[in-house]
Amino acid sequence: MSSLDQQHLDHLDQLEAQSIYILREARVRLKRLGLLWSLGKDSNVLIWLCRKAFLGELPFPVAHLDTGLEFPESYEFRDRYTKEWGLNLIKDECPPIEMTDPTLPPGTRVAARKSLGLAAALEKYQFDGLITGIRRDEQATRAKERIFSPRGLDGSWQAANQPPEFWDQFTIERAPGTHMRVHPLLAWTELDVWRYIQREEIPLVPLYFAKDGKRFRSLGEIGITFPVDSNASTIEEIIEELENTRTPERAGRSMDHEAEDAFERLRTTGYL
Amino acid sequence: MAPAATLAAPRAEAPVLAPRKAQAPYPIVIVGHVDHGKSTLIGRLLHDTDSLPEGRLAELQKVSSQRGLELEWSFLLDALQIERDQGITLDTTRIWFKTAKRPYVIIDAPGHREFLRNMVTGASGADAAVLVTDAERGVSEQTRRHAYLLSLLGVTKVIVAVNKMDLMGHAEAAWQAVKDEVSAYLAKLGMQPLYVIPLSARHGDNITARSQQMGWYQGPTLLEALDLLTPPAGRADATFRMPIQDVYRRGDRRMAVGRIETGRIRLGDKVEIAPTGQPATVASIDTGRGDGEQFARAGQSAAISFIEDAALARGQIIAPAGHMPHLALALRVRAFWLDSEPLLVGSRLTLRLTTAEHAVVVEKFERIVDVENLNDADTQELGQGGIAEIVLRSAAPIAFDPHTDLPITGRAGLARGTRIVGGAVVLGAAENAASVKGPVTAVDSSVDRDAFEARNGHRGGVLWLSGLSGAGKSTLAMGAQRRLFDDGWRVLVLDGDNLRKGLNKDLGFSPAERLENVRRVAEVAKLMAENGSVVLVSLISPTAELRELARSIVGDGFHEVWVKADVNTCAKRDPKGLYAAARDGKIAQFTGVSAPFEAPASPDLVLDTGEFDVATTTELLIAHIRRNLALDQADGHAVGI
Repeated sequence: MSSLDQQHLDHLDQLEAQSIYILREARVRLKRLGLLWSLGKDSNVLIWLCRKAFLGELPFPVAHLDTGLEFPESYEFRDRYTKEWGLNLIKDECPPIEMTDPTLPPGTRVAARKSLGLAAALEKYQFDGLITGIRRDEQATRAKERIFSPRGLDGSWQAANQPPEFWDQFTIERAPGTHMRVHPLLAWTELDVWRYIQREEIPLVPLYFAKDGKRFRSLGEIGITFPVDSNASTIEEIIEELENTRTPERAGRSMDHEAEDAFERLRTTGYL
Repeated sequence: MAPAATLAAPRAEAPVLAPRKAQAPYPIVIVGHVDHGKSTLIGRLLHDTDSLPEGRLAELQKVSSQRGLELEWSFLLDALQIERDQGITLDTTRIWFKTAKRPYVIIDAPGHREFLRNMVTGASGADAAVLVTDAERGVSEQTRRHAYLLSLLGVTKVIVAVNKMDLMGHAEAAWQAVKDEVSAYLAKLGMQPLYVIPLSARHGDNITARSQQMGWYQGPTLLEALDLLTPPAGRADATFRMPIQDVYRRGDRRMAVGRIETGRIRLGDKVEIAPTGQPATVASIDTGRGDGEQFARAGQSAAISFIEDAALARGQIIAPAGHMPHLALALRVRAFWLDSEPLLVGSRLTLRLTTAEHAVVVEKFERIVDVENLNDADTQELGQGGIAEIVLRSAAPIAFDPHTDLPITGRAGLARGTRIVGGAVVLGAAENAASVKGPVTAVDSSVDRDAFEARNGHRGGVLWLSGLSGAGKSTLAMGAQRRLFDDGWRVLVLDGDNLRKGLNKDLGFSPAERLENVRRVAEVAKLMAENGSVVLVSLISPTAELRELARSIVGDGFHEVWVKADVNTCAKRDPKGLYAAARDGKIAQFTGVSAPFEAPASPDLVLDTGEFDVATTTELLIAHIRRNLALDQADGHAVGI
């Protein structure tokens, strides 16, 4: 008997297997699937898992909601790995800030452009399922999410009226004209993501690694995303840093903190 | 009004060195009746273990005071505006913390009955539960309902927290009363609380720090109790089951993809695919670890291909050869109901058992449980939050395992259309109990069995001849019939091939149809035997399950006869040209070629036609019949052996 046969699954193996299970369910259940690629670490992990789930291919398009405000390193990364991973990339420009809800705080309005871009993409490509890389540990309203999360007609999240979800029986009910969000990374933590990136050697935008005492812990648009103080310039150092930090991951995201309910308002109206 | 919160200093101990390797967080669900203090307990646990992110306590104080409240721990978890404004938990959430021993993920579950679907959603992901009760009010409605749901969800490691001990003067008697009440209820569900801990979440007594007021309590604090929980047992040592999620093609190779729920598999393993029972041999395994994978085990998502050209589809279950799941047209289940519209007899549902979906109808309620006292409820419908034992009937066979054997392939979601409205654990098949439709009363024969037997000079009985096609079953049956008939015996032959031209011509060769074929033949044989005849049944009946079914129907007077010849001998004889056709793929499910034959473990008679000629084996069969069924003319008793 081989030792491999006896070896038990570690935590990352379990998370990977569960995410692959979810992705395969999504493909069976939903006809027109798309994956939202923010160019950040989590959606890179998502693409990586898709390629495993679908035996080396990515059988649906990958959408980057482009605000035109990504860092140059991010655009460079996008163009390189679109080719390398053989992605069917959608990169439509999001509507301008003037189109967003003027009652939202300023940083939140920048993020709200993505909600509008998403609505436009849903309309144009008629997706009935969107796979995104959100995680429960990122933010308190995301912690309340389902793995298969039905959206309303305007893309809205009915946070107070979610369907039951147990024993891997995911809800497949959707009203006509609405789409399903699918969240394969919901059970992962920030540290899990980094350990998996380390194990699988998944490429990343270099902005995550410290330069001159600063690095990006969460990657978003220029102007509303800020680097944190850090000297962690390798994955090993980042993991060590995260094992000891008490600062939340999204501390550098202004839209999370402008008002108590800012992020929830974004989310219930269609944001990730 | 409860006294204002006082914040104890966080535990002063050396910072814990995080393990280098990712460790799975132990999932704990916190359940219990509304207002018994679940959220406060979680807030206190996180605070006292120094687990809150920076700035979180200040944020909490700010949003609490904005609403004119003292520090409101529940806001840690009740992140939605509507939850904060209404002061209730609507939906389940998760929050992480760790002790020196291991990381945990705390699952918060709402306590209102109308949010039971969210409680189930949260609790289904847990390995253990903390059932929070109020020392003053004791066990309440949702305490019981949550406890029952925990037992159905298989979360049987339960720690009971008796909260608000400060309101009861920290008296041991108050704790003892709740302990007795909750233990008695759990015992009826077959559960036993691991610990019953007197505590005060608001004041931090017995959460992480031992209470100064309750010196009488010798057991662990809540945190100590969590660290004492044993990790869940691995599932790799159970019987192999992989429900098929989808079928992918790579080149001209088709692969069944899915997650291995229990057991292990390796290259070359012989499997059967339920419900059809088609046999297959594992040719490749892909779990994403690169080429040349030899093994996979429970918990892994895998893509598996087979040497044979097996018919693969979502909803089938891959099982080891000879260890298929059970098959039934009707199931007895214990169900919980989450929909606002009640469930009635005759309601149509979709049973979602792993990846399989079956259209089922509620045939009857065996009992609806009154959750208050666990007695039978006096009602004909199952309301929201209710629990019942139900018989569900399907038109097509359902492959399942009893949930006590293999929980994952023994449980199912219940859906109305595409909407999930409940869940069920499978207690077993309800085939026999539920198959009688309407008031049917058996009519007694006007001539009793003794009278038949006295006139015939022999007893009635059934000789059930099983064996491969070509083994000689029909030849032996016909030979014995002629000889016994000539001696004045009343003797009949039921031949499988002949019956399939008439009585059973609607049946194919799937396991479910083979089962029905055997059932009909056994019922007919039984009637004939009861009327004094000796019945020679010639039927392949390839599995022990089929032969056991026949034995159970016929009862006394059943003789299992194995007509033994190996497959090569039979194929060489091939009197009907069937082996040749099966090898050419013209016949699917052909026993011995593309479907298995299980050798009888303890037949009443073995006739080895590979070893002995027809004359000899016929004599052996006749001798067995005479010895067991002939009556002594003088006294009407069977002749002794």
